[in-house]
Amino acid sequence: MAMKVDRDKCIGCESCTMVCPVGAISMVDGKAMIDPEQCISCGACVGECPVEAIAPEATAKAEVANNEGKDMWVICELDKNDALPVCYELIGAANGLAKKAGDQCCAVIIGNGVAELPAKMIAAGADKVYVIDSDKYTDYHTELYTDAVCQLVEAYKPSALLLPATIDGRDLAPRIAARLHTGLCADCTAVDITDDNLVAWTRPALGGNIYATIVCDEHRPQMGTVRPKVFKPLEADPSRTGEVIAFTPVDRVENKVEILKKVPNAGSNSIKLEDAEVIAAGGRGMGTQENFDKLAELAGLFEKGAVAGSRAVIDAGWMAHSQQVGQSGKTVTPHIYFACGISGAVQHISGMKESDIIIAINKDASAPIFSVAHYGIVGDVNTILPKLIEKIKAYKE
Amino acid sequence: MNIIVCIKQTPDTEKVKFNPETRTLLREGVENIMNPFDMQALETALILKDKFGGKVTCISMGLPQATDVLKEALAMGADDAALISDRALAGSDTLATSLTLAAAIKKIGDYDLILCGKQAVDGDTAQVGPEIAEHLGLPQITGTLKLDYVDERFVAYRENDNYSETLACAAPLLATVNTAEKEPRFASIKGKMKARKAKIPTWTIEDLGLAPEQVGLTGSPTKVRKSFTPTPPEIHSEIIAEEDADVAVDMLFEKLVKAEIITR
Repeated sequence: MAMKVDRDKCIGCESCTMVCPVGAISMVDGKAMIDPEQCISCGACVGECPVEAIAPEATAKAEVANNEGKDMWVICELDKNDALPVCYELIGAANGLAKKAGDQCCAVIIGNGVAELPAKMIAAGADKVYVIDSDKYTDYHTELYTDAVCQLVEAYKPSALLLPATIDGRDLAPRIAARLHTGLCADCTAVDITDDNLVAWTRPALGGNIYATIVCDEHRPQMGTVRPKVFKPLEADPSRTGEVIAFTPVDRVENKVEILKKVPNAGSNSIKLEDAEVIAAGGRGMGTQENFDKLAELAGLFEKGAVAGSRAVIDAGWMAHSQQVGQSGKTVTPHIYFACGISGAVQHISGMKESDIIIAINKDASAPIFSVAHYGIVGDVNTILPKLIEKIKAYKE
Repeated sequence: MNIIVCIKQTPDTEKVKFNPETRTLLREGVENIMNPFDMQALETALILKDKFGGKVTCISMGLPQATDVLKEALAMGADDAALISDRALAGSDTLATSLTLAAAIKKIGDYDLILCGKQAVDGDTAQVGPEIAEHLGLPQITGTLKLDYVDERFVAYRENDNYSETLACAAPLLATVNTAEKEPRFASIKGKMKARKAKIPTWTIEDLGLAPEQVGLTGSPTKVRKSFTPTPPEIHSEIIAEEDADVAVDMLFEKLVKAEIITR
């Protein structure tokens, strides 16, 4: 249904048949033919075709609904009345997008007692800061925050909304998108402006082996959640100036979810995974929970060390969910990543492959983890690891 | 307690391998499975049903072959199932998908709880659950690690990046499940027999009162412009395959010190 081959242009090179993830392309009379029943419109063939013979099947273009939006907004997520580091990264990214698109970069702060924040946002690259400050917004509530953002959108009509691809960001963004009946692109790792002045959202699929670039051309605002640690924040410039706009949403929704208990995560005062410089990660190959003490010992040898686990380890209950690295956990980029007894499923590798140095210990020489490792030992992790720890310890002393 | 569980059939992504030389996915022999997070949602529904009675209904939107995962759900203990399948649905993004599933849920009607997996392992958007909740005007709790029903309210435990919270909400509620409190159960022999005999209805968009332009590609605000396989960076790799562990560790350690990766 989606992709179509222009048979006059097709040169029969078969490169599209190789990349189709669902095997929907076959060669008929020396030209590529896409089976519309099987095609999932992923666009893999479009990028691969050397002669641009493949394009999405033309569909009747609907009237552009509400297409008059302008400005790039970042919806900030707060913790203890400061914005999470990812918000400053997104303001940097939105600042770049806004310059390209001829728009302004705006930050949206929702919280209680946040008077200090707008200046920081402006220094970080925001031209405008919308502030919703009331005791109603002390804690994150999906419904209250959704309504607040939607009222602000209705009042000021932005071109795009960027939200952090954190757990709460990914709780809030789809709710806003559905209420505004617009498109949302999840967990993006790159954003850009297209020739036709749209936001191009790029996101990984299938464990980061395919990337798709997605646009939302007929609805506003364009929306995406953006993964932490993919953009660097701009250097804070206190001499930058900007406008601060206070906004008070109308009381019109009822919050039905009550917070019975809220506690900071255990270890949230210690080094967070995403901030760690050295990560000692363990997988199923560690064998038992007790062996994880060794990982903590290894991590403890470094100033900003933390422990992590693969999905198998978290599912087995050997480690807290907040320590999971990979597609359904966290994406990390430490200086050193020790992968201990981790075979390296694509889901895990997508969460750690950007680490500066990867050191793998695994008894299976053909484990995929070795294909991304800079250093490694083929051997039993429970024999190797204690010896390596002793070595490092002795050296550091 | 009546519960509706949304289930997606996905490729077994754990088994999808990647050929770095040709930069293609190797999907040969990769089976289609019930999305693992949806399996957790189903187990959560069955635990609640065991405790409080009621009915568990499963729905799936997909190709006719998605009947397989619905049969699996029936074998595990679900009471009823329906497949939503229609050529007009092809190319649906999360908004169009959620609109379709919400219409199916409305058709079923009587429910206290809607459960979805936290995300599907093929698309990884985690958007369809909250978007269904919005279309139905229901409160939502995403990524639950525990879900129970106490004093006439659902009580859920979830973890954020910075804190963990226990939330309470009266029915009707939509929750997306990260993990059930127990490993998903195996199908019983009796369940498998029941599933084999079950006739699962297929609903088209007409059955759901949806127009073709609301769903599929035309009903999807997001459009894929292109997709590509990134060129992996060249990695200089030094893997030691020395059998003597002491020698291997010495070799690795020397390399790490020499490259100033380990410093004093």
